[in-house]
Amino acid sequence: MADLRTDFVGIKSPNPFWLASAPPTDKEYNVRRAFEAGWGGVVWKTLGLDPHVVNVNGPRYGAIWGPDRRLIGLNNIELITDRPLEVNLREIKAVKRDYPDRAMIVSLMVPCEEECWKGILPLVEETGADGIELNFGCPHGMSERGMGSAVGQVPEYIEMVTRWCKQATRMPVIVKLTPNITDIRRPARAAKAGGADAVSLINTINSIMGVNLDDFSPEPSIDGKGSHGGYCGPAVKPIALNMVSEIARDPETAGLPISGIGGITTWRDAAEFMALGAGSVQVCTAAMTYGFRVVQEMISGLSGWMDEKGHRTLSDIVGRAVPNVTDWNQLNLNYVAKAKINQDLCIKCGRCYAACEDTSHQAIAMKDGRVFEVIDEECVACNLCVNVCPVEGCIDMVPLAPGEVDPRTGKVVSGEYANWTTHPNNPAAKAAE
Amino acid sequence: MTHPSLTPGIVPGRLSAEEIAANFADLHPPLSDHEAHVEADRCYFCHDAPCVTACPTSIDIPMFIRQIAADNAKGAARTIFEQNILGGMCARVCPTEQLCEEACVRQTAEGDPVKIGRLQRYATDAMMAVNAHPFERAAPTGKRVAVVGAGPAGLACAHRLAMKGHEVVVFDARPKPGGLNEYGIAAYKTVDGFAQAEVDWLLRIGGIEIRTGQRLGAEISLEALRAEYDAVFLGIGLGGVNALRVEGEDAEGVRPAVEFIADLRQAQDLSKLPIGRDVVVIGGGMTAIDAAVQAKALGAENVTLVYRRGRERMSASRYEQDLAASRGVVLKFNARPVRILANGAARAVEFEYVAEGPDGLRPLGETFTLRADQVFKAIGQTLVPVEGLALEGGKIAVTGAGRTSLDGVWAGGDCAAGGDDLTVTAVAEGRDAAEDIHAKLMEG
Repeated sequence: MADLRTDFVGIKSPNPFWLASAPPTDKEYNVRRAFEAGWGGVVWKTLGLDPHVVNVNGPRYGAIWGPDRRLIGLNNIELITDRPLEVNLREIKAVKRDYPDRAMIVSLMVPCEEECWKGILPLVEETGADGIELNFGCPHGMSERGMGSAVGQVPEYIEMVTRWCKQATRMPVIVKLTPNITDIRRPARAAKAGGADAVSLINTINSIMGVNLDDFSPEPSIDGKGSHGGYCGPAVKPIALNMVSEIARDPETAGLPISGIGGITTWRDAAEFMALGAGSVQVCTAAMTYGFRVVQEMISGLSGWMDEKGHRTLSDIVGRAVPNVTDWNQLNLNYVAKAKINQDLCIKCGRCYAACEDTSHQAIAMKDGRVFEVIDEECVACNLCVNVCPVEGCIDMVPLAPGEVDPRTGKVVSGEYANWTTHPNNPAAKAAE
Repeated sequence: MTHPSLTPGIVPGRLSAEEIAANFADLHPPLSDHEAHVEADRCYFCHDAPCVTACPTSIDIPMFIRQIAADNAKGAARTIFEQNILGGMCARVCPTEQLCEEACVRQTAEGDPVKIGRLQRYATDAMMAVNAHPFERAAPTGKRVAVVGAGPAGLACAHRLAMKGHEVVVFDARPKPGGLNEYGIAAYKTVDGFAQAEVDWLLRIGGIEIRTGQRLGAEISLEALRAEYDAVFLGIGLGGVNALRVEGEDAEGVRPAVEFIADLRQAQDLSKLPIGRDVVVIGGGMTAIDAAVQAKALGAENVTLVYRRGRERMSASRYEQDLAASRGVVLKFNARPVRILANGAARAVEFEYVAEGPDGLRPLGETFTLRADQVFKAIGQTLVPVEGLALEGGKIAVTGAGRTSLDGVWAGGDCAAGGDDLTVTAVAEGRDAAEDIHAKLMEG
């Protein structure tokens, strides 16, 4: 049985699955239920200074769905905790006392002033919490007040606040990053420079979920008006994966621990984040959608996969995919593949044909009896046919072996690796050695 | 006193009104919005989709399903009606399991096609519920066309002609328009007076006058119509029925299934409609199934459908066979009637077992007898001949889009040679004949 125990910057938890700082971790009642369900840790919903904030009294969440109402993306305009600081601190202390083996991280967001940060840290320490997460990510509401993503979008502020906190507390400091920037590496570098023990990402993405076409109000609508909210859920996972990998492979931040967040719904999502360098993962939308029990599937799935593959501990998988993330100019241009349609599996819908005709390279022939065949002379192996085919495994991309002739180019496939940096069409190419 | 369900002979009220209402409830209740969206999402939007090819009216099925998925049910309805103005009825009565849904790639893939018929009903219901008619008439052409028969072929033809700006008069022998939609389809497939509602909706195009009680060869003649109108379309269906040609056929209680179905469709109160305790239906098509299932639904204790060939030769689909079986109809194959035993009224039918061979049906030398106080004959219908028209295989011979041997006379639907005897085929033939009539009338 795989060992899922996690030690993330000294914060220990029985498994890498933490609940992200969000509505499900706003109070003792929920967090106790989460721990009973099996979550390895929680990041308590962001604390602020009193007087506590207030929330809107109308819809604070919006969603997009698949046709069967499967929730694909969620957004929210909820602010940080709207309960008094003292209440949250008391509850954090009580829960940590009763669940000493679980990770208890406290998310914080106070004004960008040194005394505010230095004032709240001892109060958090006193709860026995294992660490803090600086919320520099929240994109709505709080950012209008100079907090949240307003800090996270300015690397100098990130570095400054991180340094204040590191100077003032024994607790590990995790900096939560906003994706609402152009280059995620800059805020990550700033966090590292400020002494952060780790970064967590992504926070939610600025979003409008839709527009009501009867009254022309954005959704979710509060009395006919809407405000951009933070987007999360399965739809944001690819964006988050990329940002995690960017930090993991940046020489300036390589080795900086990462807590991965963004649309994690199943064990597989979690494993992918971990393979790209996340030492722990944080989940929110899946728990909000399906309830806390989803963690049991994640634990079972991750350990089952690890057992099957012979991975004993999480260190066997964390970061394993990072070396395989490269710049485009490092991709092997001598790798040649062709689409191959398995006629036994084909159900003759013709979607591959339509896609190849209208988008790609007119490399699929439609023959009598609705038989669809790849024309190797035209196929550039773009993969679009695979992507649009409704039958899993019906179309494969089959690599040509070195020595074979590519019917499209008439050239013999080379077994040598060669990338764009040395390609003759590249004006800046360096001659191959 | 005998319980009404056990009363011998042909009597009404074998079941309570509630039981009858339940038995005649909508066979496929409408999809909810959510069900429709989920089902629509199953469509792969195939290239050159096989379902379209399989549809006699060539409805752009992937497009209308995509419109449903995009919450545009009325747009979907328009897509359907452009090809098939009786898309609402066809959604209810088409043997989709032998047409679009049989061709669906998901049938190939998983034996579970997209529910095209029910999605079509969802879309057409959406437009008809708000009583919207999607088309407008072209400017008047001054041409007048006579359509004989207000069934699916005639109505489709009339609508398309009216759209083109022609003036149309539709003649029908019966008291109500609709043809088999009104008189000949199982009631549970078209509930709540849908057939008449659909005719009323169709007529909103304008330019169509319906004259009922006008039978060709009686109140009207083809010769007179040709003289008075610029063109004539015949969608007169098959008005005759085949005889069994066995002893006892004229006994009381023996009648064509189509008559029984027509009576049933026109009955105001089904609990007052008489039905036998032991009912035998002879035949293997949709009419036989519809008669048998409805006999059972009215409370007949034993309903047996006997077909002279094997199950696979039945023209009623397997779906319909299973429907009948699930409603309690016993299906017997490879047997044909020898005689009807009667003492004034029918009391039994004697059958002989037969086998199908290269020279037709061969008796196997064994017989059986089924008790029967009511016998429905459903062994096919025949054309009532129209003077002056060439025939082919007992139907009106046509070339191209329904052109008959007489100049200026077109024909389509069941009365015309070629094509399956299906509502949807009749619609396609009526529509195509209208296009051809229009082209001809607008020449020079």
